[in-house]
Amino acid sequence: MRKNILVVWLLVALLGAIGLQAADTINLNAAGATFPYPIYSKWFDVYHQQHSNIQINYQSIGSGGGIRQLLAGTVDFGASDAFLSDDQLKDAKFKILHFPTVLGAVVPTYNIPGVSSDLNFTQRALAGIYLGAITKWNDPELTKANPGVKLPGDDIVVVHRSDGSGTSYIWTDFLAKVSPEWKGKVGNAATSVNWPVGIGGKGNEGVSGLVKQTPNSVGYIELIYAVQNNIPYGKVQNAAGKFIKADLSGVTAAAASKAKEIPDDFRVSITNAPGATAYPIASFTWLLIPAQIQDGAKRDAIKDFLKWMLNDGQKYNEGLTYAQLPKEVIAKETKAISLIQ
Amino acid sequence: MSGARLIWRKGLNYVMLSLTGVAAFGVVSVLFLILGYLIWNGGTSLSWNFLTQLPKPVGETGGGMANAIVGSLKLLFLAAVMGLPVGLLTGVYLAEFGGSTFPFIIRYTADLLYGVPSIVIGIFAYSLAVLPVKHFSALAGGVALGIMVIPITVRSTEEFLRAVPGSLREGAMALGASKWKTIATVVLPAASGGILTGMLLALARVAGETAPLLFTAFSNRFWSQGWGQPIASLPVMIYTYAIAPYDDWHRQAWAAGLVLLGLVLLSNLGARLILARPKVG
Amino acid sequence: MSAAATTFAQEAPPRSGPRAFLARLKHGDEIAHLITLIVAAGILLLTSLLVYELWVNSHLSRAQFGWMFFWTKVWDPNFDNFGAAPFIYGTLVTSAIALLIAVPLGLASAIFLSELAPRTISDGISFLIDLLAAVPSVIYGLLGIFIVVPLMRTLIGPKLIHTFGGVPYVGSLFRGPNFGVGFLTAGIVLAIMVVPFIISVSREVLLTVPREQREAALALGATRWESTWKVVVPWARTGIMGSVFLALARALGETMAVTMVIGNAARINPSLLAPGDTIASTIANQFTEATGDLYLSALIELGLVLFLITFILNGLARILIVATERGGGRPA
Repeated sequence: MRKNILVVWLLVALLGAIGLQAADTINLNAAGATFPYPIYSKWFDVYHQQHSNIQINYQSIGSGGGIRQLLAGTVDFGASDAFLSDDQLKDAKFKILHFPTVLGAVVPTYNIPGVSSDLNFTQRALAGIYLGAITKWNDPELTKANPGVKLPGDDIVVVHRSDGSGTSYIWTDFLAKVSPEWKGKVGNAATSVNWPVGIGGKGNEGVSGLVKQTPNSVGYIELIYAVQNNIPYGKVQNAAGKFIKADLSGVTAAAASKAKEIPDDFRVSITNAPGATAYPIASFTWLLIPAQIQDGAKRDAIKDFLKWMLNDGQKYNEGLTYAQLPKEVIAKETKAISLIQ
Repeated sequence: MSGARLIWRKGLNYVMLSLTGVAAFGVVSVLFLILGYLIWNGGTSLSWNFLTQLPKPVGETGGGMANAIVGSLKLLFLAAVMGLPVGLLTGVYLAEFGGSTFPFIIRYTADLLYGVPSIVIGIFAYSLAVLPVKHFSALAGGVALGIMVIPITVRSTEEFLRAVPGSLREGAMALGASKWKTIATVVLPAASGGILTGMLLALARVAGETAPLLFTAFSNRFWSQGWGQPIASLPVMIYTYAIAPYDDWHRQAWAAGLVLLGLVLLSNLGARLILARPKVG
Repeated sequence: MSAAATTFAQEAPPRSGPRAFLARLKHGDEIAHLITLIVAAGILLLTSLLVYELWVNSHLSRAQFGWMFFWTKVWDPNFDNFGAAPFIYGTLVTSAIALLIAVPLGLASAIFLSELAPRTISDGISFLIDLLAAVPSVIYGLLGIFIVVPLMRTLIGPKLIHTFGGVPYVGSLFRGPNFGVGFLTAGIVLAIMVVPFIISVSREVLLTVPREQREAALALGATRWESTWKVVVPWARTGIMGSVFLALARALGETMAVTMVIGNAARINPSLLAPGDTIASTIANQFTEATGDLYLSALIELGLVLFLITFILNGLARILIVATERGGGRPA
């Protein structure tokens, strides 16, 4: 009996010891957008390899989640492709700073058996599909823009986000700008909307998975997800009327128009940007960082990461098909880092 | 009785009985095909990398779930420490002490707790263990799982204590032992086999729970330090990887499913084997 | 005589404090009783706290929507309009499908295992089925995504649309685009999950039916099937119903497997092939990202609704199972 008790206590002590591992590691917890998750996971991994005592645990639960958890105080910083509105900033119990990290594109992907070419999507086509007004692939709005492509008469399976999403925000921002009908029926840009039609996938990952597995489907995802998973994506008609396929130059062009006059808090939308080469569904994505951080070690770690991100981190962007931040924005941001106290 | 009616009844008899056989065969084979598929896919995906590596950045292959495996074990440890003693002592109370109304209420409450959907327990644990301290943690996950462990342990402890023959108790008391001492030195050891299996089964049951961990333990791409950090766990990783589009992640999800299943089934098998041992006294 | 001498002369009574406490503890039946009582009461406290938290944290939503919450068909976070109807619908539909599939199959299997199969085979198979009941939900979800969903999409769905699509009334159950995910898929996955419960409980209950009942029926000239269906099963009826209620309660609260295959659309749709959502899957998907206090409160109110539904059902199930054990069921 005594020996058993001894064994039990030894086990407890051992397991307790496992619990108390290296106490000088700085653990930062973050959550938010799935839009930039591929590059964030790369960044945090590389940064950890360079600074082995700093662990930044980022969970991609969607921009809505990032905002929520940041406001609740359960994460050290958040990430979102939807910048906080004035109301949200006012309601927050503390001051929040936005730091753009990369430029990305939201693309319409599709899985149509037999169709491997790039489809052209007019603005009305995208709005109509997501409103449920356009239900079949061979609808005139689509065939008109794609002469020479044999589109089937099958029903369109619409895929959207089931979670609170910055990617949804960018998508609905674009639709609200180009379709008064969408704006009236569904509303302004938001991370969660009442989708008229379609099935929901969780995260960019979930939507990509659904589109990849479901024939005749269409979904909206960040560019890298389409590239990494070999799902075709179409060209979107921009404000100048041209059909642009999402790529680095199109995204950079979209940002260029706003880069010089970017507001001090970095909150700006670049969807439906002017310019013949601009890709119309592009966006910044931001890290949401509290202006005041009590823990000195965490604060220094975050500031150091931001500096790293603005210089070395940007080098990884293009490899993952995100565009680098414009030079003016980087310069402004570097100055803004000192606002974190 | 007319011949036709008899033939009808005999025919019906044959058909219906065969149908039950078909149903049983069908159900059992579907269940086993499913498990076989899991074991096959999991087995072919299981690798040394999977067991020892941390997750890699999105899109890169070769990552593993070492932190999730350890994470699940840590969470189970917490659940055991928090929930098992409560369940045990309550079971002792119900079986050994107490009158009629209060134990009835306790029993009913334990049953109620057992029936609460795990997602609701997750909400409760979030408001209990996450909001006040403002961060996700292994501890919060342990609280959620610990709450789920309690009703199962209560029920099995009480059942096995009641099964101890009265003669054992009376014998001890005749020798002058107080009630407390009887319970501690005679009754509990006699029922220990059953009680331990009950605890093992309770832990096996919560090992696979995902929903309550989603907003308590959250998840972690790295090793979780101490008990106050978010922590990865096998069920949550399976969920995250299964709904993603990356084939490598799907393979890892199968492997994780196999590991989890192995854990759960081995515990159940072990529990049953312990119970099947010839009982003392 | 000094006071000190008086005290020394007497025997020192046990001091109050640690030593006295320990002295009582050694003979402390009362202490043991007290400790276990406090712990047991702790469970009561815990559960009450759970209900309290659910109630209090859903206050905003209850105040805003009142009873309309149950009937509102809209779940719109953008306009802060929340209604539980689509999820109550989804929960009921998927559970109904699960029971419609699992109960006949489970009962038939239980009958086979208890009446027809030799005891060793019966014990062996039911041992294996009990093991299957222990498989975690997320693994069923995994299997659902990679086996059931493609099967639905490529085989079962089109077949159903083809066969029933044109039939009036029934046809509306099988209409529309075939996603592979949806109510029917979720129902099938749930059925697979609850069938082990129905089999194991029903089989046990059927085995407790006294042999005399069967033999009496056979002696009166009944066929094996007639004796089973008309005598044995009715005798065990309440226990079997109890197992069905248990399975139902499990299906209602099931979260992960359903979330992964139901399609996540907050809409009511008569077609079984359409995507939907259940209460549990909605909470799982949206809890960590509900921006806004009303949104979160609405989700917690959903949790409260789910809690109440399972509470009532579990109560009914317990009553039924106890009734069988006590009264031995109704005489034939």
